[in-house]
Amino acid sequence: MRITVKLFAYLREGRFKSKEMDVADGTTIGEVLDSLSISRQEMQLGILFINGKHAKFDSVLQHGDTLAIFPPVAGG
Amino acid sequence: MYGWTGKILRVNLTDGTISKEPLPVKDAHEFIGARGLGTKIFFDEVDAAVDPLSEDNKIIFMTGPLTGTLATSGGRYNVVTKGVLNGTIAASNSGGLFGPELKFAGWDGIIFEGKAPQPVYLWIYNDEVELRPAQELWGKTVPETTDMLKAATDEESKIACIGPAGENLVKFANIMNEYNRAAGRSGVGAVMGSKNLKAVAVRGTKGIKVADPQGFWNAINKARTMLKEHPVTGAGLAAYGTNILVNILNVHGGLPVKNFSEAAIFPNAESISGEHQAEHNLVRNKGCFGCPIGCGRVTKNKGKYKGIGEGPEYEATWAFGSDCYVDDFEAISKANFLCNELGQDSISMATTLACAIEMTEKGIIPRSKSHLSWGDADTIIEMVQKTAYREGFGDELAEGSYRLAEKYGHPEYSMSSKKQELPAYDPRGQQGIGLNYATSNRGGCHVRGYMTSPEVLGIPVQLDPDATEGKPEMLKIFQDLTALVDSCGLCLFTTFGIGLPEIAEQYRTATGVEISDEDLLKAGERIWNLERLFNLRAGFTKADDTLPERLLKEPMKDGPHKGKVVELDTMLPIYYRIRGWDENGVPTAEKMQELNLVV
Repeated sequence: MRITVKLFAYLREGRFKSKEMDVADGTTIGEVLDSLSISRQEMQLGILFINGKHAKFDSVLQHGDTLAIFPPVAGG
Repeated sequence: MYGWTGKILRVNLTDGTISKEPLPVKDAHEFIGARGLGTKIFFDEVDAAVDPLSEDNKIIFMTGPLTGTLATSGGRYNVVTKGVLNGTIAASNSGGLFGPELKFAGWDGIIFEGKAPQPVYLWIYNDEVELRPAQELWGKTVPETTDMLKAATDEESKIACIGPAGENLVKFANIMNEYNRAAGRSGVGAVMGSKNLKAVAVRGTKGIKVADPQGFWNAINKARTMLKEHPVTGAGLAAYGTNILVNILNVHGGLPVKNFSEAAIFPNAESISGEHQAEHNLVRNKGCFGCPIGCGRVTKNKGKYKGIGEGPEYEATWAFGSDCYVDDFEAISKANFLCNELGQDSISMATTLACAIEMTEKGIIPRSKSHLSWGDADTIIEMVQKTAYREGFGDELAEGSYRLAEKYGHPEYSMSSKKQELPAYDPRGQQGIGLNYATSNRGGCHVRGYMTSPEVLGIPVQLDPDATEGKPEMLKIFQDLTALVDSCGLCLFTTFGIGLPEIAEQYRTATGVEISDEDLLKAGERIWNLERLFNLRAGFTKADDTLPERLLKEPMKDGPHKGKVVELDTMLPIYYRIRGWDENGVPTAEKMQELNLVV
């Protein structure tokens, strides 16, 4: 299946801003992070969205989903 | 005294007398300092029915017990008055260097009363305090005033001043500190302007004693380490500043677009984002006094809007950006620089423009008056300038969005609560921030109870942004804790990385006051309730704890929160009950007794 992955802040460095990826059915966010060499430890406080809804490492992606990945950041 | 200097100044601008008074110690213990203590003094001295622009209004500059110490981000002070924009209690908070310098000069605060017959500024050099004529400064911008005052006093002096907007009584004029940090909201700058008070210049060479130097050292080191090691306060905020929120809120579907009239997703968010700013315009970071985070940005525009300045923060970027449908970062930055130079609040300025644009596009405001349209950055920038000087249509914009929309018979187009413009989060995508907007003691405001933290950023826990359950309970804690943080003189951003125990330990070791963590949070609740009591006395009622009709009745048009409205009717009664208020939002006798509030 095909998903769109969007990276933000310093996660873009050496990677990309947005990319369509073919992944196996049942792929989780955690597995996408692993494939991009983004540390799960670093992402403990990161912000993960599937189609704008908060998600977790074990959230399973569906065909056509957009996964947005932010490192730990905040503002106000 | 420890933490405190033990002295405050009282300046009667009408007759020019300056008196020195002891800090009211009992009140300082019960109301902590800055926002809380300033409000207590104001509450006791000023009739809540006072006209904010009359000489009977007072304006209080108050520091906290940790301001100017080595506490984590202890660089803040508050300006307390009755706000010009909406008549609520105004406690406008600023970082920078002014608050600490006031403490170094030996003063915990300044109470200004009356009205000067001619423009003046106050010059403080340690114990020497004098009012000086300011005719030459009147009409000058913030940077001009600041430069002139440093030349006239001491190059190391720290300046808090108003610009043309404050002089011209723009309803959302602010007080600028050391060029670029603002006591930004509620129109506190117009109160200064109404009193012919152009500026305060201060130079201090004294220190601040703490009660337990070793204990304090241990407390600040622990807190600093936590802030440095926390990925948000140690890395994320420093790298991208607050503007990182543009993309987050856009993905979340909560970045308001066109005066909250469209789905809260801005197609060109990337071009105004923190990432864009860092890649194309960032010169360097800039921190306030004693801050290990350093979220401030020095920004350079290279093209048509060439210039250098500070910001824009997320709020200004959103307000001039997606809310006005502008996608040119440098145009937004230019508008923000102008707001700083002229001394007016970028949130209320830009959102009043967004309101005006919507009403112009709908034909409610005639084109003969307003040339504004969505995305027309040059006209927006032109109107920022004209607002400060009340030229042409700028005179109407200077009244803020509520009065503008009401004048044309459509107050529903003002995206405000208690007549203060809402900040950068569409509450249809965050139920808790909606409840916060409706109940904030100074009207539309995000930093009274920043529910975006748990609802979007997952700090300290991730809450479902669409749920109402648990939001009143969490909001009360956030509001009370924020009142405490503001009153200590600390920066709210530290709470991304440290919590009540670390704040409390810094407070105790600095002041020597033996108080539990729980009782400090209770002091925050006491402050919140005192602010509420002031507003009730000023005539506000339950009916004012509300939001624009659009947010309560028009479902979000698209995105992750499609179909949602703010379920205020569900949350508000629960909030009142949790607060110990009656069904009309009035603190009960039992709550007053519990908080030792005798009024």
